Amino acid sequence: MYLGRVVGTVVASVVAEGLAGHKLLLVQPLDEKKAPRGGVEVAVDTVRAGPSDLVFLVGSREAALALDASFVPVDAAVVGIVDEVFA
Amino acid sequence: MTLCKVLGPVVATVKHEAFRGLKLFVVQPVDEGGTAAGDSFLAVDRTTGAGEGDTVLVLREGTGIRQLFGMAPSGKLPIRSCVVGIVDAVSGA
Repeated sequence: MYLGRVVGTVVASVVAEGLAGHKLLLVQPLDEKKAPRGGVEVAVDTVRAGPSDLVFLVGSREAALALDASFVPVDAAVVGIVDEVFA
Repeated sequence: MTLCKVLGPVVATVKHEAFRGLKLFVVQPVDEGGTAAGDSFLAVDRTTGAGEGDTVLVLREGTGIRQLFGMAPSGKLPIRSCVVGIVDAVSGA
């Protein structure tokens, strides 16, 4: 899992089966000091996060396990809104 | 597993229900001498009671974590990294 900042939203009207109806966020991954690390990525939202929120995400196969459907083709999911990081 | 140092906790009130009741930490991978090696990431802790400054063992494999949590390997748990031990000493190398 890793920290990120929501920097936008993504709308896609043509998507793979299973992805329809899921809110997509544009997220900048961050290090423990909240400095950007790597490029911006697209993640599915599970906690009603919005632009400028500090969040944490889960990546890879486990991202799909954050959603109720049996399979959703995603590789990053926002799974929490961070109040504070003590690091 | 990965040797990591616990940098500190992450507090999140709004989170996926799978994280309820779990501690969440920023952990920094370290080499056998305790020097930072690679990028920090987040890991949950359910049972070890690790805290800031501890050197810990972190499992970074979702299927193993699902089994650790008493779920079937095919269960739905969106967690990829979990503290599974507190390291007393590392020797050799």
